[in-house]
Amino acid sequence: MQSQYLKVRNQSLLVKLVGISGFMFIFAVLVLPPMYEVLCDLTGLNGKVSLKQFDIGARSGDTAERMITVQFVADVDPKADWAFKPKTRSMKVFIGQTHQTSFFVRNPNREAVITQAIPSVSPAQATLYLKKAQCFCFEQQQLAAGEAKEMGLIFYVDPDIPEHLTTITLAYRLYDITDRMKPSIAETGESEHV
Amino acid sequence: MGDHHKPSGIKRWLLTTNHKDIGSMYLIFSLVMFLIGGVMALVIRAELMFPGLQLVDPNFFNQMTTVHGLVMVFGAVMPAFVGLANWLIPMMIGAPDMALPRMNNWSFWILPFAFTILISSVITSALGGPSAPNFGWTFYAPLSTTYGPASTDFFIFSVHLMGISSIMGAINVIVTIFNLRAPGMTLMKMPLFVWTWLITAYLLIAVMPVLAGAVTMMLTDRHFGTSFFDAAGGGDPVLFQHIFWFFGHPEVYIMILPSFGVVSSILPTFARKPLFGYSSMVYATASIAFLSFVVWAHHMFTVGMPLAGNLFFMYMTMLIAVPTGVKVFNWVATMWKGSMTFEVPMLFSLAFVILFTIGGLSGLMLAITPVDQQYHDTYFVVAHFHYVLVSGAIFGIIAGVYYWLPKWTGVMFNETLAKWHFWSSVITVNILFFPMHFVGLAGMPRRIPDYALQFADFNFLISLGGFGFGLSQLFLVAVVWQACFKRKGKAVTDQVWESAEGLEWTLPSPAPYHSFTTPPLVK
Amino acid sequence: MRRVIHWTHLLVCIVIMGYSGLAWSEMQLDLTPGVTAISQQIYGLHRLMFICCVVIGVLVFGAMFYSMLKHRKSQGHKAAQFHESMTVEIIWTVIPFIILILMAIPATKVLIAMNDTSEAALTVKVVGSQWKWHYEYLDYEGNNTIELGFFSVLSTPREQIETPIRSAGLFPVGLASFSGDRVLPDKSNDYLLEVDKPLVIPTGKKVRLLITADDVIHSWWVPDFGVKKDAVPGFINEVWVKVPLGKEGIYRGQCAELCGKDHGFMPVVVEAKSPQAFDQWLADSRETQRRAAEEAANSVEATFTFDELMSLGEQEYLAKCSACHQANGQGLPPTFPALADAAIAKEASKLGEHINIVRNGKGAMPGFKDTLSPKAFAAIITYERNAWGNDTGQIVQPKDVIQDH
Repeated sequence: MQSQYLKVRNQSLLVKLVGISGFMFIFAVLVLPPMYEVLCDLTGLNGKVSLKQFDIGARSGDTAERMITVQFVADVDPKADWAFKPKTRSMKVFIGQTHQTSFFVRNPNREAVITQAIPSVSPAQATLYLKKAQCFCFEQQQLAAGEAKEMGLIFYVDPDIPEHLTTITLAYRLYDITDRMKPSIAETGESEHV
Repeated sequence: MGDHHKPSGIKRWLLTTNHKDIGSMYLIFSLVMFLIGGVMALVIRAELMFPGLQLVDPNFFNQMTTVHGLVMVFGAVMPAFVGLANWLIPMMIGAPDMALPRMNNWSFWILPFAFTILISSVITSALGGPSAPNFGWTFYAPLSTTYGPASTDFFIFSVHLMGISSIMGAINVIVTIFNLRAPGMTLMKMPLFVWTWLITAYLLIAVMPVLAGAVTMMLTDRHFGTSFFDAAGGGDPVLFQHIFWFFGHPEVYIMILPSFGVVSSILPTFARKPLFGYSSMVYATASIAFLSFVVWAHHMFTVGMPLAGNLFFMYMTMLIAVPTGVKVFNWVATMWKGSMTFEVPMLFSLAFVILFTIGGLSGLMLAITPVDQQYHDTYFVVAHFHYVLVSGAIFGIIAGVYYWLPKWTGVMFNETLAKWHFWSSVITVNILFFPMHFVGLAGMPRRIPDYALQFADFNFLISLGGFGFGLSQLFLVAVVWQACFKRKGKAVTDQVWESAEGLEWTLPSPAPYHSFTTPPLVK
Repeated sequence: MRRVIHWTHLLVCIVIMGYSGLAWSEMQLDLTPGVTAISQQIYGLHRLMFICCVVIGVLVFGAMFYSMLKHRKSQGHKAAQFHESMTVEIIWTVIPFIILILMAIPATKVLIAMNDTSEAALTVKVVGSQWKWHYEYLDYEGNNTIELGFFSVLSTPREQIETPIRSAGLFPVGLASFSGDRVLPDKSNDYLLEVDKPLVIPTGKKVRLLITADDVIHSWWVPDFGVKKDAVPGFINEVWVKVPLGKEGIYRGQCAELCGKDHGFMPVVVEAKSPQAFDQWLADSRETQRRAAEEAANSVEATFTFDELMSLGEQEYLAKCSACHQANGQGLPPTFPALADAAIAKEASKLGEHINIVRNGKGAMPGFKDTLSPKAFAAIITYERNAWGNDTGQIVQPKDVIQDH
């Protein structure tokens, strides 16, 4: 029905359009999630505070008079029944200084577990200014059967934090990742966070 | 070349590569899906007729809302547009057929499989089997991932199939429009239906793969240990919403732009006056399509975005009102000082303009972030998108079917029945959806199987409207049955309507099996 | 033509009646202005938008209907042939644009006002889970050792929900008979909008709510406060409420994000008390909670008779389990399995598994470890193993169900 010339033109346009949709698929699966991650790291979009260690040395001594309230919230994986709570529910701290606190955790069960704490900060805008020098959330925490322990946190509120932010909440949710750490699964999991 | 013999019986339909056969199959398929999705809507309305749980359990209710949405969006509206495109685009641009006929056959025949998979999970569930998808047509994670029923995997497969079908359909439209236009048919001479479909097709190939990506990530989260949407593994459930609506908002325009095209063809015919502002219509359509990529997060004003995000998406969303307004004003100007008659396609088109505008205005209200935090996820939103999609998209499709049906069949349909269809639909659709604004403002959340007592009276009224609207569609079935299968009715001329213009009206009625075997010359 | 007039007339009437609420004064048709400054600003914006939309609608539809009436062939109107005008295209692009800017200004102001992050007097953590809310008081006027937390669950009895009503006072009988203080047969007045323990907050003080979820996404909504915020598992969102002094009362809302089967059955109820009454309530509640904890600790050691456990068990089962497993224990298979004559509830070897599922949940079933006292827990297990002909004769005591540490 169609001339050879038309066939060639149709085919080449077809290939281009299939290319666009293939590109969009790759874009959605491989580009969007990391892009979102980066965007959140840069802007604090979803309140997920960076899991990277912050070098306080660079900024210490740069203190200010202003005080700010930092609240601590602890939740556990709904499928788990560990006890997990902050040592103190809130602290009033000077910005620009390092502060220390800790969280208690206890595993009442007979099995050992591997846990990972996932932090979230509210208001999201404060995410960029709350820096952690040391945190139990930087690595997985192993809890032996019946083990109880205190997990430390050293943090610092950047003096550049906007005036209107007066209270910051740092929430941790402790997840059971024992199953995820099984070797066959670990390979396909998103390893950069675990 | 030349007339090859059509195979007969079932083989003709299975193997056909003819744009008219495929267009008809798409349209019939879409009608069947419209009725199936409608029955699900009636189950929902029956349950909501009175307070209390009386017919179905809440889990089945959720399955109904989910599958009703999916069937209507992917099974009724989108295939109907592809059906119209198949029938009309070659005839409108002076081509013999679609450019890629075999792919055309494929893209249709995938659909029945996709929907058999989806609907069979509902039937199994109704017969006491495992739950069908029950997480809403927006399938937010983690309700659809960690907490999804086993049938979610069938749902994922079926969405993949629907996506492949739509992408193939869209590619075919683009290639046909670019390569098969008759000599002299420049882009800016194309009928608006062709233009709106060209833009829609680009939207489709840009966003259907994103939907495929979203369901693929769901699949790997469910079975292969990734955690795109699971906080436990470092993911974020809100990312799912961003990706879904990055697809979802352009999808909304995919479901309305071709209807704009249909109405832009019908109004000039019955106003006996050329379309006002042809080029501004084309530019408005293109700018709506472009803006649709930067407004997605207005579906997510309550997820806790920072102020800057909320403001950006609010401004962008409000901006869409400008090109949409231009289109409505152009339609009114087309009618202005015309010489109007009110045949059935015209009636549906006028209802489209009015009711779509009501939906558009409530959309403008929804764009305002602070107020949206009250409207969000209430029946006000349900009212809004049903005005846009039922009395917008679907009325547009019905108007188009009535407009071109005589050309397709060679006989005038039963106009009395069609008028009955119009008046009963237009009255009941408002009884059905208008009070939803009120219950929504009064605070009734969407997707609930039972409600507080102050919503009782309106819900009763809404349900009456729902049953009325459902029954009204039987008129449509009767009209289509008589015209298509019984060929009952007066023979029509080639032009059919007194002042219809465009290449399709130069072909004989009924349109011959192959449209323009020698390309017409467009001056 | 007559039909057209008829139709517009009807539409206009509905809009006018709807908005003024003249005809149906008891029925709420409009957004609530609410009680907080924010909710009232939102209402103001809503009014503004509504009026603008009505005016635009009247102009556009007015032009359309005028045209439909006058410019019709049956009236002998001849079609003009104009089809383009750059001037009008520019006018109707620019004017809407200006209107939109005028709308955006107040909207931006309200949005910024909602984003206020100043110091709050009370911080409450709100956790949504399938299908209940948990409130935990974290910080009140500098005191961060309150340690008060409780669940808030729908209190409308299951029988009320499952009793259909088909008449009496409802629409079919007529709007005229409808009065504000009617009570529907078999349904209480706050049907589906009542909970066992509401969130209690003080008036006149800023309350900050930290919202998150355990399992799927929920959304905490109280229309009277102009507050709706999604509860996202693993992430924390915040909103704030300041109910003015003198606006003490009970405010009701619902979960607004589809969260599974009983999404329609997880209301939000907030009781705003005067600061003095709130302080008193807080002290009382902390005392009650302390005593309950003591009692639970004691009851672990206590033993109860079969009859005691069965009667408490039936009560608790109907409140917490029967929505899915049904009062007769037959469940709604396959999603909600039957317990009557089921191995899990009958075989002695499966007792541990049985307890474990109730404690931690399984598949679609939530765990009950946080919501059940050891006594109630033991009672439910005992009931499930002896009701509906299961008759195992097994008695489970509180000490059997607590975790062996």
